[in-house]
Amino acid sequence: MSESNFAGRGTGVIHDIGYRHYDGRRGGRPQIRRALYVQSLRGVFGLGRAARTKILPFTLASFMVLPAVILVAVQMVMGSTTPVLPFASYAIVVQAIPALFLAALAPQTVSRDLRFHTMPLYFSRPLTYKDYVAAKFAGMTSALFILFAVPIVVLYAGALLAKAPFLSNTGDFLMALVAAVFLSALLSVIGLLIASLTPRRGLGVAAIITLMAGSFTVVSAVQGITTGLDQQGVAAWAGLFSPMTLFAGAQDLLPGVRYEGVAEPSTAGQVVFAIVLLALIAGGYALLSLRYKKVSS
Amino acid sequence: MNRTIARLTLRGLLSPRRLMLLALIPLVLLGVAVLLRLLVTDMPVDLGVGVVSSLAIGTMLPLVALICGTGAIATEIDDGAIVYLLAKPIPRATIVITKYVVAVGATILLAVIPTALASVILLGADAGLVAGYGVAALVGALAYCALFLLLGVVTKQAVVAGLLYVLLWESLIGGAVPGAQALSIQQWALSIGAKISGDGLLSAAVKMPVGAALLVAVAGFGLYFAINRLRSLTIAGDS
Repeated sequence: MSESNFAGRGTGVIHDIGYRHYDGRRGGRPQIRRALYVQSLRGVFGLGRAARTKILPFTLASFMVLPAVILVAVQMVMGSTTPVLPFASYAIVVQAIPALFLAALAPQTVSRDLRFHTMPLYFSRPLTYKDYVAAKFAGMTSALFILFAVPIVVLYAGALLAKAPFLSNTGDFLMALVAAVFLSALLSVIGLLIASLTPRRGLGVAAIITLMAGSFTVVSAVQGITTGLDQQGVAAWAGLFSPMTLFAGAQDLLPGVRYEGVAEPSTAGQVVFAIVLLALIAGGYALLSLRYKKVSS
Repeated sequence: MNRTIARLTLRGLLSPRRLMLLALIPLVLLGVAVLLRLLVTDMPVDLGVGVVSSLAIGTMLPLVALICGTGAIATEIDDGAIVYLLAKPIPRATIVITKYVVAVGATILLAVIPTALASVILLGADAGLVAGYGVAALVGALAYCALFLLLGVVTKQAVVAGLLYVLLWESLIGGAVPGAQALSIQQWALSIGAKISGDGLLSAAVKMPVGAALLVAVAGFGLYFAINRLRSLTIAGDS
């Protein structure tokens, strides 16, 4: 329909064919953004979607919690008051599972909108591309945070049940949750950025897992070998090159958090790790926004 | 074999842009190999064996085979283009085998040759080990591609299913539970490599004849079921 059709006023008539009108309050942008956020978050776990889409996220989530339950059981049997594994180290120890979760589910939060050309429909609403990116990012980050937080809560509950000191454990628990926020944001921005570049879901899955698992394996191998050669410096800095080891180095800056990895950076190194981590999140988010600035249907 | 299908599959699999991105995987491996060679004077053989086994055979080969094996057919099923192919009077076997050959070819280019190169860089002095790794990667590629091609025909979540097998079963469980290693393509491929290298440095969880038989079985059954499944394929809506 061209602009000129609107020029001659009064020629067209809109017939009221008896549909019920909406008289309620209109929520506007904030509400659409919130709705898109909730829908994205639920979509990751397959809630509100077909039953077979729930299988994968919940299977991976239970794989994520299972080791925590076992650790708690071990702690109970041993009667130890110190946790078998520090809360903040848990996510790094089971790193293959969040990597799979991200690879399997980040593409389906964004690729389907691209593939079925639903982007123009979103943008025919008051929603802007910034809202879309913010909602998708927040949705994926929240989903990952839930994935990381549940086993930490299980470990914390187990520690309290084992009559571990309340105060220090609560502190460690809260720090682990803070660290989990940053890890979720980092993984989510990486996953969404890669996934948003291809409408093909399979390709997105493969690309994300190749980046996550490949970089982790290579960095671990390099760290193992350089440590064996007594080159601790090289080993520590190698950690910069994979998301999980980057996070492991950066989170040591939080009070009371110490990941006993193969090679951890010095305090100055930890500051660099943290800056790189924040820069990656911010830069990735900026690139993601840039990618959606112009969406060809 | 059908040349047109081969050409189209190859173009979809290794378009210049994708080839550039995929080439990063072997380039990183070769970079690490060269770096280690320069960093470590007097490279101990078991270190080189460990790196080639875990990085090249354990990580790069299955990941590349997964991308090529599912990419050869799953993407086409996913976007529905496969119906135009299935509507032609071409035997299903020809379609599957052509795509298999292309997938194996791409895996040889992106994973088998780099594995051989990495073992030359790291273990250059030991010709037996280099040959062992090269052959192990080659037979591994043959089996992995058949398995992942089958997954691509059977399930919409082929990449995820393949990843679960490679990462959870072969790496995580296989790394912790020795019994699980007897059921992994990686170990079967290594058993052939171990036989060829012959000097006991390269070891596998299974014996050579068993490993070879299982590899042939996986490749054969994978292709057979893929052909069979393609006969009754329904193009379902996306989830």
